Amino acid sequence: MRSLDKLLLSRLGPVLAGGVAGVLAALLVTWGNPGNMGICVACFTRDIAGGLGLHRAAVVQYLRPEIAGLVLGAFGSALLFREFRPRSGSSPLVRFFLGFFAMVGALIFLGCPWRAYLRLAGGDWTAIAGIAGLSAGIGIGIGFLWKGFSLGKNSKNLSAAGYLMPLAAVAIMVLLVMAPLFGRDAQGTPVGPIFFSEKGPGAQHALLTLSLAVGLAVGWLAQRSRFCTVGALRDLFMLRDGHLFFGVLAFVLAAFATNLALGQFKPGFEGQPVAHTNHLWNFLGMTLAGLAFTLAGGCPGRQLILSGEGDGDAGVFVLGMLVGAGFAHNFSLASSASGPSPYGPTAVAIGLVFCLAAGFFMRERLD
Amino acid sequence: MNAAHEGSAQRFEVDARGLSCPQPVLETKKALTGRTSGEGTILVDTVTSRENVSRFARSQGWQVTWAESTDGGFRVLLSK
Repeated sequence: MRSLDKLLLSRLGPVLAGGVAGVLAALLVTWGNPGNMGICVACFTRDIAGGLGLHRAAVVQYLRPEIAGLVLGAFGSALLFREFRPRSGSSPLVRFFLGFFAMVGALIFLGCPWRAYLRLAGGDWTAIAGIAGLSAGIGIGIGFLWKGFSLGKNSKNLSAAGYLMPLAAVAIMVLLVMAPLFGRDAQGTPVGPIFFSEKGPGAQHALLTLSLAVGLAVGWLAQRSRFCTVGALRDLFMLRDGHLFFGVLAFVLAAFATNLALGQFKPGFEGQPVAHTNHLWNFLGMTLAGLAFTLAGGCPGRQLILSGEGDGDAGVFVLGMLVGAGFAHNFSLASSASGPSPYGPTAVAIGLVFCLAAGFFMRERLD
Repeated sequence: MNAAHEGSAQRFEVDARGLSCPQPVLETKKALTGRTSGEGTILVDTVTSRENVSRFARSQGWQVTWAESTDGGFRVLLSK
């Protein structure tokens, strides 16, 4: 156990974490999750928003145990290795809106960076424009970081505050298992407050126990290794440090090999699961998401992990994503398999203006 | 700036506590730019920042040790 942890903390840690996560993500598709969506932090947070009734897109409603598992796996690992450190106060409201717009951008592409790489590993070539957009967004974010962009320092919190996101993850699991039905429609029929898709991606899911187990395992691995799909490109471009990038490479290759072995690798542009072929908006949606993630300090998976470690600001970012998902569907901003919605481009423009303004105006002299 | 750092025995200290990724490393990079030798301390508050700062400083040829601070954070000591 100790030598495994030493390996996870070494330069090879992200490779191990990425490799295991890639295999498990491909397996989750075999076990019932939607195509090329074994683990997608944006899609699954969106499904949770739907499951909680924050949007009424009937095809994407399910309380995904993978998300709760990621937070709880990181929480357990942080407690065990004495890295649980409640903290907050680094521009929480700005982080909320970064999370909000990161989600809007991701739902125009139809996936977070994790899913962009999983789509690539499944042979979905429309992911290439998304990954190019992600790289562009990270590049813009790096420009701001070089110019002194900062959301300011956080400060220590009391332990109780650090337990909030892990407790919220437990609450999601309790609501999933109990599935209360104390809402009523106009006819008095029980409906909600927890919603489950009867068809569409929200109805495709692995067994609860398998999903939760994968979430917990990946949460633990990612907490120890600091696996981050945005930090990977950021550190490679900025610092010529490739150790996180090799983790992403391992993630893609492991998912690709597993997909190939399971007959899930289907190369092409057309007819890919939960994806569209509008390359421009795949690119620009992910540019927005990549910029927002870079300004917030990490990919959505990393934000979940940090929130499990007690980082309240990462928790606020996650809540921003949850609310952003609600808006993305209620305002018809999210794309569908047939392409981007007519309102998506305006939302991307507004999101980019917000992120660019944050990049220009949020600077702090530290010396 | 470079000339001021060159061969300077002056100690440097960077307080990178509470900063998000990758700012602790960027602040360290700023402090090391132009320095060919010396000793200094980078204050960080998470194990992740300690590792990131240490990895970067080692890649630049600095010797790295660290100690826990009384506030629960770490003092990363750099020398060259």
